[in-house]
Amino acid sequence: MMNRIEFSESSSVSVIRFKDQKIIDPETIQELGEELFSLVEDGKRQKLILNFANVEFLSSAALGKLITFEKKAKRSGAKLILSNIAPEIYQVFTITNLDKLFTIKDNEADALAVL
Amino acid sequence: MPSPPVQLQHYGLIPEFRNIMTSTSQPRKFDRVLPSTLTAYHEFVQEVLTALQGYGWSAEILFGVHMALEESISNAVRHGNKHDPSKSVHVECELSNKRFYARITDEGSGYDPTEVPDCCNEENLEVPGGRGLALIRAYMTSVEHCDNGKCVVLERILD
Repeated sequence: MMNRIEFSESSSVSVIRFKDQKIIDPETIQELGEELFSLVEDGKRQKLILNFANVEFLSSAALGKLITFEKKAKRSGAKLILSNIAPEIYQVFTITNLDKLFTIKDNEADALAVL
Repeated sequence: MPSPPVQLQHYGLIPEFRNIMTSTSQPRKFDRVLPSTLTAYHEFVQEVLTALQGYGWSAEILFGVHMALEESISNAVRHGNKHDPSKSVHVECELSNKRFYARITDEGSGYDPTEVPDCCNEENLEVPGGRGLALIRAYMTSVEHCDNGKCVVLERILD
């Protein structure tokens, strides 16, 4: 049972969605990290889409977890794509230059097309 | 009475109260002493955002104010007071229809903001921490550090 994310798997692609609209609380961020990391631990999931449709606000501490997740995913050989990011949240990624670290697509269909 | 619009319900604001707030340009002041935890200040931040919304500030600008307050206060708790429960974070705010001002002071030993590595450099992109200051600076009109880094003064002025 995941408290912070829900994910679905079709063929070889895993789509991860956030349950929280605001990712600020330290316990939420800690739990989110643990749940995300558990998805790439065994190296079996190779194509991941992280869908931000539900996210309205996130802090720099949450960004830190996402960066660690990206590193773990890469280490396990998985390809990670972020999608459905609201303009305000996308701006957070551009301010911090993280749009250069992550591959970001407008929606899941565009993400699937490059996986 | 009909239900208030969803956005106002979200911020706990009824239309009549909003009308009173927007009909005046009288500045409002907040002066709070908050405990050194990463959960204790969220209600206060929401209070500030609700007040600014009452002055007619847009959701887009409020996002930036939210970010600046979130990152400044959490920095004060984490890096300033180092979560020490015997220490507090002091926040003074002045709000109006044109200006957001906040002075956030911790009880730590201070730091030199110029020594914080630039998170946006290519070589630091994969470093998980250090993005708070960049975000605060991006969303505010001005950011000043004082008292050896124990205090940060934020200002957002609307055009």
